[in-house]
Amino acid sequence: MSNHFNRRQFIKIAGMGSAAAGLAASGMNPWGWPANALAGSLGSDVQVIPTFCELCFWKCGINAKVRDGKIIKLEGHPKHPLSNGRLCPRGNGGTGLTYDPDRLKKPLMRVQKRGEDVFREVSWEDALDFTAEKMLDIKAKHTADCLALFNHGYGATFIKTLLMAYGTHSIAAPSYAQCRGPREVGFELTFGEEVLSPERTDIKNSRMLVLIGSHLGENMHNTQVQEFADAMANGAKLVVVDPRHSVAAGKADWYLPIKPGTDIALLLAWMNVLISEELYDKEYVEQHTYGFEQLKQHVKSYTPEKVWKITGIRPALIRATAREMGHQKPAVLIHPGRHVTWYGDDTQRSRAIAILNALVGSWGRKGGFFYPGELDVPMPELPKFPPMTKKRADLQLKDYPLAFSTLASGLCDATFPAPQAECQLKGWFVYGTNLFFSLPKPEQTREALQHLEFVAVSDVLPMEIVGWADVVLPDATYLERYDDLHVGHYRDPFIALRQPVIEPLYDTRPPWWVSKELAKRLDVADYFPWDNIEDYLQQRLTPMGIKLSDLKKDGVKVFPRQALYFEDGVQPEFYTDSGKIELYSAKLASYGHDPIPVFTDHGDPPEGYFRLLFGRAPVHTFGRTTNNRVLNRVIDTNHVWINRRIAEQWGIKNGQMIRLQNQDGAITNEIAAKVTERIRHDCVYMTHGFGHKAKGLTNKKGASDSDLITRYNTDPIMGGTGMNVNFVTFVV
Amino acid sequence: MARYGMVIDTKRCVGCHSCVISCFLENEVPEGYTRDWIVEVVSGKSPDFRMELRSERCNHCDDPPCVFVCPCGASYKEEGTGIVLVHKDKCSGCKACLAACPYNARFINPKGYADKCTFCDHRVKAGLKPGCASTCPTKAINFGDFDEPGSELHRLMEGRVVKTLKPDAGTKPQIYFLL
Amino acid sequence: MIEITNFRNNHLIDPHLEIWEWPIAVYLFLGGLVAGLMILNGVWRLMNKQTDAPASTRMAPLWAPVLLSLGMFFLWIDLSYKTHVYRFYMTFQIASPMSWGAWILILVYPAQLLAIGIATEIKSFKGPFRFLNLPIAFLQAAAFGKEKLIAWLNITMGAGLGIYTGILLAAFAARPLWNTALLGPLFLISGLSTAAAWNLLSKPAHDEEKTLVRWDLALIAIELMLITVFLIGLATGPQGHQDAGELLLGGSFTATFWVFVVIVGLLLPFWLELREVTGRFAPKWAAPVFVLVGGLALRLIMVYAGQVSHIPDVEMLSGGF
Repeated sequence: MSNHFNRRQFIKIAGMGSAAAGLAASGMNPWGWPANALAGSLGSDVQVIPTFCELCFWKCGINAKVRDGKIIKLEGHPKHPLSNGRLCPRGNGGTGLTYDPDRLKKPLMRVQKRGEDVFREVSWEDALDFTAEKMLDIKAKHTADCLALFNHGYGATFIKTLLMAYGTHSIAAPSYAQCRGPREVGFELTFGEEVLSPERTDIKNSRMLVLIGSHLGENMHNTQVQEFADAMANGAKLVVVDPRHSVAAGKADWYLPIKPGTDIALLLAWMNVLISEELYDKEYVEQHTYGFEQLKQHVKSYTPEKVWKITGIRPALIRATAREMGHQKPAVLIHPGRHVTWYGDDTQRSRAIAILNALVGSWGRKGGFFYPGELDVPMPELPKFPPMTKKRADLQLKDYPLAFSTLASGLCDATFPAPQAECQLKGWFVYGTNLFFSLPKPEQTREALQHLEFVAVSDVLPMEIVGWADVVLPDATYLERYDDLHVGHYRDPFIALRQPVIEPLYDTRPPWWVSKELAKRLDVADYFPWDNIEDYLQQRLTPMGIKLSDLKKDGVKVFPRQALYFEDGVQPEFYTDSGKIELYSAKLASYGHDPIPVFTDHGDPPEGYFRLLFGRAPVHTFGRTTNNRVLNRVIDTNHVWINRRIAEQWGIKNGQMIRLQNQDGAITNEIAAKVTERIRHDCVYMTHGFGHKAKGLTNKKGASDSDLITRYNTDPIMGGTGMNVNFVTFVV
Repeated sequence: MARYGMVIDTKRCVGCHSCVISCFLENEVPEGYTRDWIVEVVSGKSPDFRMELRSERCNHCDDPPCVFVCPCGASYKEEGTGIVLVHKDKCSGCKACLAACPYNARFINPKGYADKCTFCDHRVKAGLKPGCASTCPTKAINFGDFDEPGSELHRLMEGRVVKTLKPDAGTKPQIYFLL
Repeated sequence: MIEITNFRNNHLIDPHLEIWEWPIAVYLFLGGLVAGLMILNGVWRLMNKQTDAPASTRMAPLWAPVLLSLGMFFLWIDLSYKTHVYRFYMTFQIASPMSWGAWILILVYPAQLLAIGIATEIKSFKGPFRFLNLPIAFLQAAAFGKEKLIAWLNITMGAGLGIYTGILLAAFAARPLWNTALLGPLFLISGLSTAAAWNLLSKPAHDEEKTLVRWDLALIAIELMLITVFLIGLATGPQGHQDAGELLLGGSFTATFWVFVVIVGLLLPFWLELREVTGRFAPKWAAPVFVLVGGLALRLIMVYAGQVSHIPDVEMLSGGF
């Protein structure tokens, strides 16, 4: 046997880097290693192309490795500030999207009734002509604002430009009203600034981290989880408030299994302790905040003893955690969460979180919230977009003046005929979002689709929404296309390039091409004043002094770090009405809302029913990835978590297939029960995104929580849809 | 001479499976099989649970029973690296090594030979870390040389409770878990 | 409470870790049987009673290489890389029981062939077996005058083979059910018992039959003792051994083990042979058939149950809080 391998050789070989692997790949084996050891993603025949990820919306930098025109591996880009050379499981499994055999392969046009999911293949020419014709028709008959764009993901940038040039203002992403909108409004009302994505949370420097319903670790936003691990390794204290014992809870110093829907009471009790025991950051509060006296009066009645009865959290535990906050301030991060549309009072809960952060002085401080680096990359000069022709279709201006983004659910509502409505939507253009999984009340979405004159869908996979299209524009995946530059504002500002790693498979096209082609047909070609995407990108890069050819090699250009905190030079300025951090919001009061958050009881489930909670699996991004064959090798279905005592009462065994039925009779596919002590008795939990029904998708395992969301509480401040208000029972 | 191994910090690990999925692609692991996997152990009573998350794989034991039982000399512990490998051309697929491994870390590749974690020796020999260690978002998986004085691995273990898997099996694993 | 989730990437958690299937059990059974045939043959010859025992000393040697080859065929069937079977013989791995076994299997053949050389009185085959005359004549020439030596050779090689079939499994520390020194003797004794049964079914002479039945009674008695000690060893061993014992004493293999191995394979033939020895009626075919069934069942259960048994994780030992 000749596997001898000594240290001197090792150093020599290591120095040669991949050259050694290159030699080996070419069949030479000078050191006598077994030939089978020399494969993998190394070798001189492997081309490394940098780009950035789109398996979720965090946009981590990746290095794609290509051999013989096939992507063999994706690795974290070592210089990209969001990946730091590492990738989450989804990013690692990104090839499963591009090589998914279920992909949409050609443009399609509907041949039967809408929603029957029967199509014929057409040419791009025909598909685009038809789309343009229908869009012009809607514009002529009803005005451009009656066409809505639902979008999600970075590919939508050019589609948005197109639709704005066409003249509509009905543009929304479900990531606002169905996800993080209330958080942004709550923080904006308090600090005058949003939390943003990626979150400006300084987790890695935190001395104490408080997670309220946020399940970092199962929620795998790469940088955030990297920093979470760093914080844990650095010995940061962790408080996890969750009815379910999550992975994060498994690392907690204090795990508070709270009764669902009572978080505001807990937050007010924490404020009560911080203020009554004078543990808050007095100097910070005095200098930067407005309305402390009102807050002090307001939280007086929320004693830990009183809140114990509401939340089920013992007073001693509330006090101990609050005192620890006082002890560790200001590096105490009460995390604002991400998917926060729970009970309809979510803006107020986010306000409460913001106020608590203000009390410990964490905003603008190391270990709290930093100020993201600024970088201005000007957009090329374009003609002015057409003005609004009608009132915005989602009634946002009238009903939710404090919302600063359009509501996707509002657009869906505005599709129904209503005599007093100023604009009923007549057409939908859907890019990259499967509305049956992203909007509540799927039945209503289905009905809305029947009212439309025109539905166009662009996606990579034949999702449920694709089945309802009149025309289907098959999208190239993120590994097959250029998109607009990503100007990232994290600790370090940066510019990242998305570029094709391989030629598009099948007859698919990137969104920039589709937009430009449609622009010609819609007579708005001057909004796309370039011949091809590379010219456009170079146009944007030139003022920054960057050559596209260099960025194609490097993938990312990182700019120098600026001040992150007040202590290193950020000027404490707050863009609120008072110019201070608003513990008391006169603005909210003037719109008829509570100026300081108030706890509202969200009730108990009826006898035999359980509150439905949902969240994420680390290897999946909602329903977008649950058909991914690489990711499904690890987790290909979901389970419903049921408290052991409850399961015993119902005679449900671990692993048993059951169905869930909600208060309105909606019923799911079969789903396996996970019988566990790790969840409270009054709720059940499942991961979102499974239980597909679309005929073109292979993986239909598991059940969809979306089917059970037949009700929601509307956030009176910004119109978000609080979806944790549905109750389910078991069909055994 | 090197003695390669891993120190895996269960406190950092969130069980995300990045290690598992990157391994699939780095090593073209056939569908239905895996060279590494996650084990989640939760004990205790609400709310005082204790959770341990482990990314597990071949332990590249110092005393590897899979190597001793191999009748064909296909399984071997590589001199100079301590990595336990299979010479697939020598393997007859008798499965003795599968039976001998207390960690069930081996499987039969559909092509016939015994397959397992190689510590990505092809990467290690090119001066890189194994795929799982280099992608791990939480830096829970740390790869290195235990024989190297002042190795990062020793520093990581300082002051921590350390365990190996199934020490009773007498295999002397070269993967240490920090609790 | 303790909740363990093992995220292996399939639904049944490692169905591919069903390492060895029934062919290995059949191989171990045939190996034990052949070992027993070789030893019995040698013993008769050392007792100088070969002429009184035609089944054991004349028929059995002819069957031995056939049965052994059949066993090796089943071993080959279980290989997942069948074209690489030659790899066993490109090396000798001193620490590997299976390597020893592979070579023992090869070395056993000459002993068996020499046994044929002394087993067949000069009688020539006719018909389709005519072609055997020349090689047999050669074997007879080679074996001439070395009867005692060949008898000893068959006993030692047979014992080696028989013990090997047990050691093969016993060497796996990772499988507590197998990991006992008793497995070698147990499989050897069981092999001898099945060999006696085989000879009893091969038209033995009257005295031969009486002797074989007595021997078999003793072998079954020893086997029962060994199994008892084996089970006590498991039940009183560390956690992994206790769990393994559970498989046979109150788990998924309990019914098959007690019915097929203990009752059908040991107690029933013991009772039948006892009747025979004491002159009461017993159908002559019954005890040997039961012994053979029991011998096969023992190996099937050991092979399958052994793969289920494992060294427990430490957290399993803690058993919760």
